[in-house]
Amino acid sequence: MPEQIEKEPTEPQETVQIDVISAARMEEMTSMEKIHFILDGVREGKVVILESGLSPEEESKLIEVTMTEISPDGFSGIDIETHPRPAAKPNFINKLFGEEEKKLTVIGPANQIQTLHKDSELISALVSTK
Amino acid sequence: MGIIGKAKTRISDSVNALIGDDGTARIGIYGPPNAGKTTLANRIARDWTGEAMGAESQIPHETRRAHRKEDITIERDGNSVTLDIVDTPGVTTKVDYDEFTEFGMDKDDAVERSREATEGVAEAMHWLKEDIDGVIYVLDSSLDPFTQVNTMLTGIIESRDLPILIIANKVDLDDANPGRIDQAFPQHETMPLSGLEGENMDEMYSRIAAKFG
Ligand SMILES: Nc1nc2c(ncn2[C@@H]2O[C@H](COP(=O)(O)OP(=O)(O)OP(=O)(O)O)[C@@H](O)[C@H]2O)c(=O)[nH]1
Ligand SMILES: [Mg+2]
Repeated sequence: MPEQIEKEPTEPQETVQIDVISAARMEEMTSMEKIHFILDGVREGKVVILESGLSPEEESKLIEVTMTEISPDGFSGIDIETHPRPAAKPNFINKLFGEEEKKLTVIGPANQIQTLHKDSELISALVSTK
Repeated sequence: MGIIGKAKTRISDSVNALIGDDGTARIGIYGPPNAGKTTLANRIARDWTGEAMGAESQIPHETRRAHRKEDITIERDGNSVTLDIVDTPGVTTKVDYDEFTEFGMDKDDAVERSREATEGVAEAMHWLKEDIDGVIYVLDSSLDPFTQVNTMLTGIIESRDLPILIIANKVDLDDANPGRIDQAFPQHETMPLSGLEGENMDEMYSRIAAKFG
């Protein structure tokens, strides 16, 4: 009879929470709600993954708001990667349908993300606990 | 200004006075921290007005407010183009205090520099939204251009339909790789340059005149 696998006791500071937000959920939110949703999560030490990313307008606002929320002993900012990399050569389909391609976006706390690496097929995050 | 005074000013100045501020394209110099934006802005300002714009430093986030130099008239091939040049703080999504203390800054100064830097970035994003007519995007060509900040910022600039010239800066460095920047932004005009040594500046002025004139 197989032994029951004991889960390692987890203390809060040893865990990293990952929230994956569906495109449908994102669509219900206004731009400012999205930005605060992301930043609230990341400030708590979560890694937030968006099934559909942000518009350029929202990214611009995200940079702005992130920078105003950084503080010396608290929040040190975000690391962010988007997948896929926006088409290097805008192709016919992109042109036809505008910029509405779905892009997966990974956002995490800068002080906990040791490396956030991306190539054309993978985003790899090395996240440390606080 | 009286008629006599006006006659004494250069033609481009009086044309400018007639057109007023609205007729002068406002060109923002954007890019990540430490890319050489201020060094380049100073060289442009010195070449055409004789005065520099701001302080340059090896420590990131030297520029923490947007600085504007008005009415820089660049003369190219018999034509002249008058621009306002705005040097902006390097854009990033994070601040590393330890980096400043590693440069020998004490904690208070590091905290103060960080606070100003974060406000500066927010301000630079604001300028981009409302007050900028074209962008000179500066990158250190010895570094990987595929960063999210570069992707996001160029995406934001594209979405606002602003003309953009990408500078592969610091080509004087041994490990400079301007070709990589060209590959990273195939949809944009890129060109190699050394703002520090003044390499390829004439070519840049021609491109600025063509693109923003
Ligand atoms: N080798 C080399 N160094 C350069 C060049 N341009 C600038 N630098 C150096 O890079 C460092 C940063 O230059 P700045 O002009 O202050 O950079 P910046 O982009 O304005 O930086 P922030 O204001 O912090 O965003 C300084 O030590 C400059 O001397 C260049 O063309 N070649
Ligand atoms: Mg500067």
